[in-house]
Amino acid sequence: MSTTTPKLEVTNASKHFGSLVAVSGVSMRVESGELRAIIGPNGAGKTTFFNLITGFFPPTSGDILLDGQNINKVPAAGRVKMGMGRTFQITEIFPELSVRENARIAVETGLGYSLRPWLNATDKKRVADACDEVMTLANLTVKADRLVGELSHGDQRSAEIAMALALKPSLLLLDEPTAGMGDEETYQVTGLIRRLHRDSKYTIVLIEHDMRVVFHLADRISVLAEGKLLAEGTPQEIGANEHVQNAYLGKAE
Amino acid sequence: MSVTTPSAAAPPSAPVRPWLQLAIIWALLLTVPLWLPLLGGYTAIAARVIIFALAAMSLNLLLGFTGVLSFGHAAYFGLGAYGAGLFLKYVTASTPLAMVAGTLLAGISGTLFGRLLVRRRGVYFAMVTIAFGQVCYYIAYKWNDFTGGYDGLRGFARAPLDFGLFKIDITGSGTLFYYFVIAVFGLAVGLQALILRSPFGRTMLAIRENERRARFLGLPVERHIWLAFSISCFFTGFAGSLYALLNNFADPSTLNYVMSGNLVMITVMGGMRTFWGPLLGAVLFVMLQDYVSSMTTNWMFFVGITFVLVVLVFPRGLMGVLQKRLGA
Repeated sequence: MSTTTPKLEVTNASKHFGSLVAVSGVSMRVESGELRAIIGPNGAGKTTFFNLITGFFPPTSGDILLDGQNINKVPAAGRVKMGMGRTFQITEIFPELSVRENARIAVETGLGYSLRPWLNATDKKRVADACDEVMTLANLTVKADRLVGELSHGDQRSAEIAMALALKPSLLLLDEPTAGMGDEETYQVTGLIRRLHRDSKYTIVLIEHDMRVVFHLADRISVLAEGKLLAEGTPQEIGANEHVQNAYLGKAE
Repeated sequence: MSVTTPSAAAPPSAPVRPWLQLAIIWALLLTVPLWLPLLGGYTAIAARVIIFALAAMSLNLLLGFTGVLSFGHAAYFGLGAYGAGLFLKYVTASTPLAMVAGTLLAGISGTLFGRLLVRRRGVYFAMVTIAFGQVCYYIAYKWNDFTGGYDGLRGFARAPLDFGLFKIDITGSGTLFYYFVIAVFGLAVGLQALILRSPFGRTMLAIRENERRARFLGLPVERHIWLAFSISCFFTGFAGSLYALLNNFADPSTLNYVMSGNLVMITVMGGMRTFWGPLLGAVLFVMLQDYVSSMTTNWMFFVGITFVLVVLVFPRGLMGVLQKRLGA
C-alpha cells in the first residue's frame, strides 16, 4: 500500500434495494492519475457502484472517501463541487441547446455564476475561454453552434464529457462511454479519454463493456460479479485470471 | 475526428433574425389604436390581450423555459388583481402603489408556497399548484366583508399617474390607458428577456432539458426551480394587478382554475418554447372569447376545439410554426 492518500477510496460498500443486494462489500483504492476500468457482466452492480460513489443514493453500509475525506453524507451536488465529474450510460445532455450553450451552462455552474443576473466583461471572457478550451479538448469546436441533439452519438458523448470537464473535476467517472457505438465512434471517444488521461493527467474511473477499450486504456481493472469484487489487477493479470475468465471473459463472446 | 459536413458551422434551427421579429411585434403593438378600429376592434380589448399575454408569458417562464407544470397560476393572477384592488379601495388611490401591492401579494404568496412544492414533479406538482389556486379562490369567494365575495371587489378605480410636475390621466378607457399598459408590459417582458439571457436563465433551460444532467453539474435544482417559480409568480401578479386596473373590478373567477387553464391554453397555443408565443396565443384567445361569445354562450366549446386543433396540427404552437416557416 502506498502512503499517499488515494484519490478515491471505497471501503466495504454495500447497497441493498429491499431484499436485493446490488453491491456487496466492495472495496477499492484509486490513486491520483490512475485510469481504472470496472468491468463485469450485466447486473453485476457496476452502475449501482457508480451511483454510490457519485452520491445518487447513499450506501447501505460502508464508506466512500474522496482525497481521504469521508463523503458519505455529501449529496450529489456537493460531490460535484468537490471535484467529481460524471457521465451516464445513457448520454445526459441538453439536447435542444447548442454545443456551446451546453458547455456554457456547465462552465458557469462550475464557476459558481449560476445565480448571477448578469456577467461583467471579465467574467464573460473567462466563461468564453473555458468553453473554447473544453470544446477544443473534445474536438467539437467546429460544431459549437449545432444543437447537441442533432449530433452523432459519438459527438454527443464527447459533448457530455466536455460538460463534465468544464467543471474542472479532479476525478472523472464515465459510465460506459462507448456504449452503442460503431468502431469509428468508439475510436473517437477512446482517443479523447486517452488524451485526458495521458496529456491532461485526469484520474478516471470508467465502466466499460468493450474489452478492446478496457485493455487498451486501463492502468488497473476491477472485476465485479453479482455485486462482489471478483478480482483486481493490471490488464495482464486480469487477462490471465482464471476466475475472471470463467465468470466473464470466456462467456462474454 | 469524425466526418465533418460542410454545413457543420451553420445553426440549423436557430430562430431567424430575432431583431426583425422584435421590430414587427413592437411596431404592431405601438400602432394598435391606429389599425384596430379599422378591423372593428376597440382599444380596451387590446389592453386585455396585452395583460393576458403578460400573464401567459410569465407562466411560460415555468412551462416553456423551466419545464415545470404549474396549472394553478390563476392564484397569482387573482392575488395580483385583489392586492391592487384592495389597496386602492382601503389604503390610498395610487395606481403605481396599487400595482406594487398586488405584485408583492402574489409574488410573496408564490414564493412561500413554492418552497413547499419544489420537490414535487410533473403531475404531482401540477395538482398541488391547482389546489393552492382553489384555496385562494374559495377565500375570495367566501370572505364577503373584505373581498366582496361572489360579487367580486368593487368600489375602486385606477387613479391618474402623478409625476409631481405633471399628471397623466389614464382613468379613461381610451388610448392613454392602452399606452400605459404597453409601457409597463414592455418593462416587464424586457426584464423577463434579461432573466432568460442571464446565467440563471440558462440554468432554467438546463433544468427543462435534462434535470439529471443539471443536478450532476452541481446545480441545486430545487433552489433554482423555487426561484424560477417565485419570479414567475411576481410577474403573473403584476399582470393581475393590471387586470384589476383595466376592469376597475376584481372578480373571484380570476382566481379560479378555469383561469389557470386559460393561461395554459394561451401559452400552449401560442408556443411554449418561444418567448413571444403567448402574445400570439392571447390574441387568438381574446379574439375567440370576444367574437364567439357575442354569437353563442357556448364560446368555450369553440375555444376548446381551436385549442385541440392547434395542438394537433402545430405541436410547437403558432409562434413555433411561424418561426420555422420564416426560418426555412
